[in-house]
Order: sequence, then structure tokens, then C-alpha cells
Amino acid sequence: MKKLEEKIFKFLMIGSTALILSLLLYILYIILKKGLPSLSWEMISQIPSGGFYLGKEGGILNAIMGSLYLIFFSVLISLCISVPVVMYLNFTLRRKSKLAAIARLTFDVLFGIPSIVYGAFGFTLMIYFGLQASLLGGIIAISLLIIPVMIRSIDEVAILIPNELVEATKSLGATNYETIKVITRQLLPGISTAVLLSIGRGIGDAATVLFTAGYTDSIPSSLMQPTASLPLAIFFQLSSPIEEVQNRAYSAALVLTIIILILSFSARYFSRRLSKNKI
Amino acid sequence: MLKGRLRKDRIARHYMLTVTILAMFVLLLIGGGLLVKSLPIIQEKGLWTLLSTSNWRPFKGDFGFASYIVSTLYVTGIAIIIALPLSLLTSIYIIEYASPKILRAFSSVVDLLSGIPPVIYGVWGTLTIVPFISETLAPHFVEFSTGYSALAGGVVLAIMIIPLIISILMEVFGAVPKEMREASMSLGATKWQTVKKVVVRKSIPGIVAAVVLAISRAFGETIAVLMVCGNFTDLPKSIFDACYPIPALIANNYGEMMSVPKYESALMFAAFLLFFIIVVFNIISRIVLIQIDKRYQL
Amino acid sequence: MEILTETLIMEKPKQVRNRKPGCDKPHIEVEKLNLYIQDNHILKNISLAIPDKSITCIIGPSGCGKTTLLRTFNRLHDDNVDVRITGKLFVDCEDIYAKDAEVTHIRKKMGLLAQRPCSLPMSILDNVVYGPRLHGVRGKHKLHEIAYHQLSAVGLWDEVKDRLKTPASKLSIGQQQRLCLARGLAVEPDIILGDEATSALDPISSKTIEELFVSLKDKYTIVLVTHTLRQAKRIADYVAFMYMGELIEFGTADQVFNNPKHKLTQEYISGGFS
Repeated sequence: MKKLEEKIFKFLMIGSTALILSLLLYILYIILKKGLPSLSWEMISQIPSGGFYLGKEGGILNAIMGSLYLIFFSVLISLCISVPVVMYLNFTLRRKSKLAAIARLTFDVLFGIPSIVYGAFGFTLMIYFGLQASLLGGIIAISLLIIPVMIRSIDEVAILIPNELVEATKSLGATNYETIKVITRQLLPGISTAVLLSIGRGIGDAATVLFTAGYTDSIPSSLMQPTASLPLAIFFQLSSPIEEVQNRAYSAALVLTIIILILSFSARYFSRRLSKNKI
Repeated sequence: MLKGRLRKDRIARHYMLTVTILAMFVLLLIGGGLLVKSLPIIQEKGLWTLLSTSNWRPFKGDFGFASYIVSTLYVTGIAIIIALPLSLLTSIYIIEYASPKILRAFSSVVDLLSGIPPVIYGVWGTLTIVPFISETLAPHFVEFSTGYSALAGGVVLAIMIIPLIISILMEVFGAVPKEMREASMSLGATKWQTVKKVVVRKSIPGIVAAVVLAISRAFGETIAVLMVCGNFTDLPKSIFDACYPIPALIANNYGEMMSVPKYESALMFAAFLLFFIIVVFNIISRIVLIQIDKRYQL
Repeated sequence: MEILTETLIMEKPKQVRNRKPGCDKPHIEVEKLNLYIQDNHILKNISLAIPDKSITCIIGPSGCGKTTLLRTFNRLHDDNVDVRITGKLFVDCEDIYAKDAEVTHIRKKMGLLAQRPCSLPMSILDNVVYGPRLHGVRGKHKLHEIAYHQLSAVGLWDEVKDRLKTPASKLSIGQQQRLCLARGLAVEPDIILGDEATSALDPISSKTIEELFVSLKDKYTIVLVTHTLRQAKRIADYVAFMYMGELIEFGTADQVFNNPKHKLTQEYISGGFS
């Protein structure tokens, strides 16, 4: 009886593991199958001509560049906020401080808020300030989305820094700020992982940029111009009746997937380095 | 010299505090901003009418959210029902039974897939799940389905949140001390008994946390669902009917909302609804977790 | 609880374990046991017969393999794919490393006390009756009876009788270790294994545990890995000295401590190295 139950469950467990693995491989397979035939140098080096929805010519350079701009500036902004926040929570406030506990809860809640809400909120902000859908709007919305991701991810590593290290530095007469500079160096691998994670989350999210960044055929030349992005390139062009346009969507999907794969592998590399350097 | 150092320290301290408070303030700002924006529609229609009716005719000034709310619950429910058992079984297998080699390989696959953006899952869903439902599955149950349905939304969401749940669960199960397993085994428990009575029990808070995160993610997911669930305003009668969850509603109508009075307010109310439910849900689950911890000290 | 204490003051029949007919070996007998972790030879050709119903202490410097040896008795290396074991280990004349040996049934014969007490994530009561429940004992009354007996046996009953339903993790470490012992006794083993079972405890709690071991040795075969020589001197009937994965000397406590045959043993006991 005991044995039978274990056998049944083991069967179910192996089944579900196999199912999940094959489903996930199937996703990659479909994306590759659809994306590879249409992916070419022209595809990634040209902007669409004749309108992204109807024009048969051109590629997805507008979306690639747009996404890169968006994510680069958002990550920069988020870093300037997340790193100080984590440092403050861990190394300036006392352990078990109330503020730190409330702050962590707040960031956990922010982490769970759907991207569409960030998009809608970003949109209200823009209306309030009289902005049009633009690169700037997109950057603000994506920053809002990834700040909690970054804070949580860096915080996870910062919490592991032994108190002795902090005390040792302080006992040498370092001010809090100087201590934090030392610790930041220790945290660099953790911060890198957090950045990669945030890039992944930010670059692939469609709902935040939908309202805020707009979509256009060209590459933006100022913060006030609207910009294309990869997830929206997929979303919009997939619904087009024209096959060439759909192919642009599939190539964009493949490009996005490849970016995510690269990010994921580098994150693994960093976190492995991290665990080796752990004190 | 020292003066300079101290000044730097003071500036840094102030900067850090300001940024922390600001970042926390975002939560209030989002809630407040969306609430202010949705006040006009709430005042005109009343909260209860908005939530309980399902007439949606923006051009005539009818805004009833019932069918969107039901759709959201439908899709999220289907996703969790599919994803949770699969994730539990899989992560138990990987942590407790599989060899270290498989464990390493599997966790990199899971990491990788939890990073894949929703829109990719959406593309995949339209290419595979939707035709599968309309051609193979639905004919057994209903007369006609386009495939763009609550079920498709739920399945795509499930597959999207599975890597997320598994990566948390693997961490949770992995954190159960080896000594605890040995204590149980040395009393003559089989592996499965140990898993069932000790490992899973010990992991209940972690499992709850994983489910909360998964529900939050599924509940607010926009693009992946939008691409496969049909977006038809009506109360869905079966899982093969099209449905229209709140996030999809917001995303689909942002373009025209400026042209109709109250439309913007209604959509912002929808966003506020999402925000409010997620925040309350997260806080309640946090309280439940603390209670579990207090009572059982697992 | 009151009903319980009243109805339970009856002597519990001592379980007579079914030994294989014709088995005249002691409970535990090790024959040419070798253990490798990857390519490292950890236990080298160990042969040892542990005397029944007495306390045997395994001593030796850290890293000598004493804990590893103890864990082989309970087949706790099973889950480690890097570990390879050759040789034979008989528990009641049954080679537990034979291909067809059934592991849960072997483990049931032994109660294991780990270095740090490891209470399971459940109430005090559920901890004690965890084993019996696994092996099919049902009924609230019966389980309470077992809990009463085993908790009394380790002197914990009076301390916890009013809070059997509270989580075991709320007890102090010393109490938890006694709880773990009670939990082990509840599966009615013949053998108790202790892996430095007092090293995490305060002096008073470890004294309590030591006394428990001494009082239990009439009924059980006890094997302890000890980290302190003094403890071995206090409670051991037999002593096994290990060094670098080899069993150097085995004999009565009196002989090993007062008249060691081997030079290494002599040096170790006189504190030449640790």
C-alpha cells in the first residue's frame, strides 16, 4: 500500500516534469521555427518602410534600437535609486528596524503590481505633465516597473553580507558612507545579476510601454519622440493580415528570445561567480 | 579632512533616506493617482453598479465591469489549477528524487524560461494552443469555438507562471534541512512519507508565498492573455467561450479612451481595481504567513 | 490529559523482536566494511561486533570517520550518489547492504540521535508518535499512551504534558534532544545510535542525556560517537578507537582506557593529539 502510493506519485512526478520540460522546449522550438526563416541581416538592420503595419519592406531596427534606448536609461535610473535604497535598508538602518520592515513589505507589494497598472499610472503622470507618448514616458514607466525587481534582487544578496564585515570596516574609523562604498564593491556580482534580471523584465514587457512609449517606424532622436519596442513590434505586427509584416513579428520574437537567453546565461555566470566569492 | 568626510557621509545619508522614502511613496502615489482619476466614474455610477453590472457601452455611458471581473477570475483560476499541481510534483521530483546533474540542468532551464517575456508566450499560444482548442479539444464539448477562449488564456498563463512557481518551490524545498529528512527516515519513514509529512509540511509558508506571487502575476498579466482569450465583452458561459479580463480591457482601449467622456475615468478605475486587489491580496497573505509562523513555527 | 495519566499507569509489555531463527550474532556486526566518497577511501576495512545491551563509544580525532561509520549503520548514505560501500553490515543477521535489503524496516530497528536535536515541523505529540503512526498504529488513545510512556522514559512528560499540542520547536534545545530520543524510542528499536548527541547542549542537559543512556542500556544496544574522551570514560562499557578511517582498537572501556594495546590509542587517550 505504502509502496503503491509512492509509485503512483513518482509516476505523476516524472510525468509532470517531462511534460513541463517538453512544453518549454516546444515554446523555444516554435519561436525558432517561425523566427529563423525570416531573420536576416536586412531584418535587423533596417527600419520598416511604408508603415510598420502595412509596409512589406524593411526590418525591425526601430524596435531593437527603441528597446535598447528604453532599457538603457531605465536601468541607469533604477540603479541610482535601488542601490542607495538597499544600502540604506541594510547598512545604515539598524537591523530589525521598523522602517526597513515596512520598506521591504512595500517593495514586495510593488513587485507584485501588474505592469499594466504601471503603464496606466505612467500614462496619467504623462497627461498630468502634458507629455505625449514618448521615449521619456516609456523610460519612466519601465523604471517604475523594474525598481522593485532590482531592489529585491540586490537586497537578497546584501542581507547575506556578514555583520562582521560592516563592523570591521566601521571599527577602522570609516564613516557610514565609506563603509557602504567598500560593501558596494563586495556586492558588485549581486548588482550585476540584478541588472541582468531587470533588463530581462523590462525589455520584454509590453503593457508598460503600450501607453507610454507609443510606436513608430523610426528610431527616436530625442526623449520627447515616441519610440518602437520589441514586445510591441511583436504584438502589433502579429495581428497584421500581411505575411511579411507577420514575419517581422516572428523575427522580433526570436530576437527578444535570444536577448533573454543571453541575459539568463550571463546572470547564471555572475551568480556562480558570486557563490564562489561568498564569505 | 574629517569635516569633508563627515559632510560626504551626511549627504549620502540624506540622499539614501530621500530615495528610500520616495521609492516607497510610489505605492501611495499609484494608488492615489489612479483613485483620483477614477473618482468621476465612481461618483456618477456608484461603486456597486460598476462592479455588479455587465453592460459595457462606453458610447452610451454604460460602464459595467462584472464580465471583466468574472473573466479575470476565470483565467487566473484556470491558470492556478493547472500550474500548481504540476509545479509541486515537478519541484518535489527535482529536489527529492532527481540526481544532482538533473537538478543543475533543470534549474538552468527553469531560470531561463522564467525570464521569457509574456509576449513570447502569447505568440506561442496563438500558434499552438488556440488552434488546438478550436480544432481538437472544443469539438468534443461545444458546437463551436474559435479557440480564442478563457481556456486558452488560462493555459498560456499557467505555462507562463510554472517556471516562476517552480523556481521558488525548488528554493523552498531545498531549504528544508537535511537533518530533518534524516530524522524522519531514521524512524523508518519511506522517502515519500518523509516528503509528504515533513518536507511539504515544513515548506507550507514557502508554498503559500509562491502561490501568492503566481496569482499576482497571473491576475495582472496583460499581453499574453490579450493575445489568446478573444476579448469579447460578455459573461463567458464555458471555458471555451471568449473572455475579456481587466488588463486586456485596459490595454485594448487606451487609444480611443480620450474621445469618449468618462471613458478614461472608467479605464483608470479598472487599473485601480487591479492595483487594489493585488495590494490587499498581498497584505492579507503576508498576515496569514505571519500567523502560520506564529502558530506552528514550522 | 487527566484521563490519560490515570488509565495509563500500566506496565507496557516489552516488545520481543522477531529475530531470524538461529541468529546468534549481536545486533550489529560489521564485516570488512569499506566506504569511498568519490575517490577518497573514508572507511578502511572495518570489522567490528557491537556487544548487545551495553554502551559502545566510538572515539577518535575529528575526521577519523567515526560519524561516517555510525551513519552506515542506518544507511543514511543512500541518498549520496558519490558514496560507494563494500563489505557487509549485519543487523540481526541481515546484511543491510545486500541488494534485496529493505531500508525502512532496518531503520525502524534503530533510533538515531543527531548532533543537533532535529524536531520535525509538528507538535510535540505528533513528533513522538510520528514513527508509530508511520508503522500503522492508529487511534488517539493508543498514540497518547505511547507518547506518555516514551516522554516519561526520557523524563520529559512532566515538563510538556500541558502543552503537547504546541510546536516542538518551542522547546529548549535540551528538551528537544530528549524529545528526539523519545521519538526514536517510540518505534521500539533495539539499537540507539547517537552522533555526538550532547555536543550542542548545555552541561546540565547533556548530563541528563548521559544518565538516560545509562538507564536505557539494560534494554537497548547503544552506540555513541563522542567528541569528548571524558564522556566516553563516564558512560562507555566498550570503546572503539578509530584513526584515519581505520579501526585501531576495540575493547572494554577498562581495557582501552587503562591498558591500551596500541601506541596510537595510548597517545590519543593521554591527550597526545586530538
